[in-house]
Order: sequence, then C-alpha cells, then structure tokens
Amino acid sequence: MTATSPSPISHKADQSFWYRLTHLSLPWKVTWVYLSIMLVLPVAAMLLKAATVGPAKFWEIATDEIALSTYEVTFVTAFIASAINGVFGTLIAWVLVRYDFPGKRIVDAAVDLPFALPTAVAGLTLATVYSDNGWIGSLFVPLGIKISFTRLGVGMAMLFISLPFVVRTLQPVLQDLEKETEEAAWCLGASPLQTFLLVILPPLIPPVLTGVALGFARAVGEYGSVVIIAGNVPFQDLIAPVLVFQRLEQYDYAGATVVGTVLLLISLVLLVVINVLQTWGRRYDDRG
Amino acid sequence: MTTEAKSSLSYTNPPTPRTAPRAQGAWVKWLLISITILYLGLILFVPALNVFVEAFSGGAGPFFDNLKSPAFLNSMKLTVIIAAIAVPINTVFGLCAAWAIARNHFPGRTLLLSIIDLPFAISPVVAGLMFVLLFGRNGWFGPVLDTAGIKIIFALPGMVIVTAFVTMPFVAREVIPVLEEMGSEQEEAAKTLGATDWQTFWRVTLPNIRWGLLYGVILTNARAMGEFGAVSVVSGNIAGKTQTMPLFVEEAYKQYKTPEAYSAAVILALLAVVTLVLKEIVERKSRITDVQE
Repeated sequence: MTATSPSPISHKADQSFWYRLTHLSLPWKVTWVYLSIMLVLPVAAMLLKAATVGPAKFWEIATDEIALSTYEVTFVTAFIASAINGVFGTLIAWVLVRYDFPGKRIVDAAVDLPFALPTAVAGLTLATVYSDNGWIGSLFVPLGIKISFTRLGVGMAMLFISLPFVVRTLQPVLQDLEKETEEAAWCLGASPLQTFLLVILPPLIPPVLTGVALGFARAVGEYGSVVIIAGNVPFQDLIAPVLVFQRLEQYDYAGATVVGTVLLLISLVLLVVINVLQTWGRRYDDRG
Repeated sequence: MTTEAKSSLSYTNPPTPRTAPRAQGAWVKWLLISITILYLGLILFVPALNVFVEAFSGGAGPFFDNLKSPAFLNSMKLTVIIAAIAVPINTVFGLCAAWAIARNHFPGRTLLLSIIDLPFAISPVVAGLMFVLLFGRNGWFGPVLDTAGIKIIFALPGMVIVTAFVTMPFVAREVIPVLEEMGSEQEEAAKTLGATDWQTFWRVTLPNIRWGLLYGVILTNARAMGEFGAVSVVSGNIAGKTQTMPLFVEEAYKQYKTPEAYSAAVILALLAVVTLVLKEIVERKSRITDVQE
C-alpha cells in the first residue's frame, strides 16, 4: 500500500493514514463498518440506480404530471401543517414553561405521544375521529367540510406527527430565558407587547424555526398515518412517499427510484438547513 | 419583574416567580391554557381516547377474541422478534458512535453527527426502497442471494435491516450529550489506575451514562415496534408470515375489519403509554442524579 507512493512525503502521509486506519479502536471500527453497510451502501445503491435511468429520462419521470402533483400535495400541506405547529407549538411551550395548572405534567408528557404512538395507529384513529360520522368529523359535516380521505385529512395526520418538534426545541430555551431581562425591559418603561416583541421573541426565533424545519422534514417523509387517512387519489391527496410505494408495488423500479431520489435530495437539503438554524440558535448561548 | 411589582403593591406574599400570572391578568394565562388544551385535545387527546373507546365498543369479550386470532398472534410474535434483534444491534452501534463522537475531536465531527441523523430525515418508504434496490430480485446483491438461496426482501432479514436503519440514531443521540457532560477525567483516572478498556467502560462509563442509554433504548424499541412505512415496503405483507403488528392494523382496517384493527391498535397504544411512562421515570431519575452531583 505504501510501496507505490512516489515521493517520500506522501509516503509518510500514507503511512500515518494507513496506520490510523488499521489501528482504529473498536468503537471506531464498529461505527465505520455499521455506517458503511447500513447507510452508505443503500444510499449509493439508490443514487446509482437513479443514475442508470439517464438524465433526460430522470427529468421526465421526476416532472411528470402525477409526480408534480404529489410534490405539491406533500410540500404545501407539510408546510402549512408545520407552520400551524410553529404557532401552536410556541404557545404550548410557553404555557408549559411559564404557567402552573392541574394536569400539567400529563399534558407535558402527552406532547411526546406522536413520537411514541406507531403511525399506523395514529392514522387509524385520526381517520375514524375525523370521518363524516366520527366524533370531530361529524361536527364539520354541516359546514360541508370533509376531513378524512381528503387533503385536509393529510394535513391532520401531518399536524399530529409534527406536533412535538417545536415544543421540544423551544422548551429548554424558554426555561433558560432569564426573567431579569424582562424585568429590565419593564423597568425601562417597555409595554408588555414591546417586552414580548423586542426582548422575549428574538432569542426564540431560531429554536422555533428549527422546530418548524424538523416538523416539516418529518411531515414530508411521513407515510404510515397519511396512507391510512388519505384517499390516495392522484391530483387530490396522493403524497410523494405513497407514490413511491405504489410504483414499487407495480414493479416500476425506475419510477420509484426517481421520485425516491428527489425525496432523498430534499431530505439532505433540509438536514443542512436544520444544522444552519441550530448553529444560528447557538449564538445566543454565550449571553449566559 | 412585572409580577413582583404588582404583588408588592397589593401587599400580598410574593408568588413564586415562574408560575405567577403576569401583570396583564390571570385571564391571559387561562386563555392560553385553554387554547393549549383545546388544540392538544383535537389533535392528541380525542384521537388517543378514541382508540380505547373503539376497541372496547363491543365489550371486552370480542376484544380478547380478536387478540386470540392466529394472524394477530403471529404479527405480535414477529414484531417482538424484530425488535429483539434490531434494538441490541443499534444499542451497541449507538454506544460506539457516541463514544467516537463525544471522546474525540476531529475534522468532520459535525458532519458525522449529521450523517448519523440521516435516517430520521429520510422518508421510511425511501429507506425501504433503498434496501429493495440492494437486496431485491433486481438489486445489486439479488442474483448472488438468489443462487445462495437466501431471501432478504419479503422475509424477516429485510424487515430487521430496515427497522435497524430507521432506529439507528436514537441511542447515539441520547448518549452523546451525557458523555460530553460527564467529561473524560474519571475514565482517565481509571486507566491510570490500571483498568483495562473493558473495565473502564463497565465500571466507570456505563454507570454514568445509564439513564441516557436507557432512554435511547426505550425510544429505539418504541420506534422498532411501531415502524410501518419501511417495513411495509420490504415485507410483502403476507398475513401470518411477514405481517408485523402495525401492518396488521392497516390490513385489517383496509379489509373493513375495524374491530380487529382497533384491538391490535390498543396493544400498540399501550406500548406508547408504557414508553412515555418509562421516559418520564428515566427523566426524573437523571434529574435526581444531577442534583446529587
């Protein structure tokens, strides 16, 4: 391995590289081997499969009518759902940190329910509750609004699964927020509204946006609960992950891979965005 | 502070700072609490309650009969087997990765952290698809596996692999912050005193990180038992053979066997409740050790 190196300098560099590679401690070896087999290999398999489709064909499949409509349903609905949770999540985090009320511990613990409840169960019960003769769905029938098996149902499922993210990213930040700054603002003559907008809100924006981005990423990829509550009709409430599944069922591997690759690339972009937001949020850490 | 100013004016005892109503009056507090309860009610509480009401709508008898059906018992067995394999694998990996990241500073550390988080960002269906492209009939290893007579896709191994994939980050994520907070002084002391790596891990590191680790394992298990999308892609959903509990719920619902679906859903909902209770206990325990330190 090092014998082929042409110059002594690179020889030395190679040696240290190989030395490090072959003398890794056990945890490092486990980490690299596991990540290579479980993560790098499958991602590579999909990207290479997508590459064999060819750029022209890839573009054609990725932008055909049905695919475009599923992106629209997936991303717009997920965006609205995560934005709604941005508002209500902030409110819930505020209530849980600042106020005391009977049953607060249970409410706090229940916020994690969407993490713990299997998505199939969530889809099943949301579909029932929001159906035309369900507990909540029946209240909307007189208004002519159908929720289950429509795009609204997709939105409900996405609201459910993206709920905990904003609350959980915001809670620790709110807890660390020092009341002295509010006190100071009040002493200097700020109105409650000014105190909220100018003192409390600015450090909360990065964690709220992080939470919204995490919720959005989760909602975009969600399959289990949506497939059950939606009618899965193309151009109406068919989401992109369900389209991938349907194409696989029809043995249309190229079609599934192309849409899957589009989703994968968007997930990667979202991951970068979330990291940037988290770094941005950390700039307030030094304020102590 | 607004609240204290108000209470000192009215000559009452000063309230505890965090929980006191703000100056705008208690009605703001109760308005916000009501909105919270209403919103969570619509999205969480009513649907959660509905699972139990629907399951027992025909009484306890039919509920238990549904749970005795062979298809359901098989799905439960499969779910437990998958979790029993995937959870320990990911626990070992999570510990190794957490140690590698928390105890070493190297270029690309943040990148490695993001890579480990990747399975959370990828849609479960896409995760399943990736493994079909790898191990399926037309996949990379398809021909080799075919001649060797090994079935991965539409069989147990594939379901275990995708479950391990989607639950990969939990343990590492929970253990890394605990390891970082603990610092490496105690481990170094143990090594100086002649402890082997293994002894250091068992006697020094593990007792320190146990609550974080347990929390990670609980989350891994909940997701492993509840995973639907990824497993659904690679399982083929053959009743009695490759059907897990979440797949059973969907299948029963699609075939208009709603009572069966809800009976199985109750078991999965109980799993979620147990997970949340354990999580609460672990959080309280780790808070107590924090105080003791």
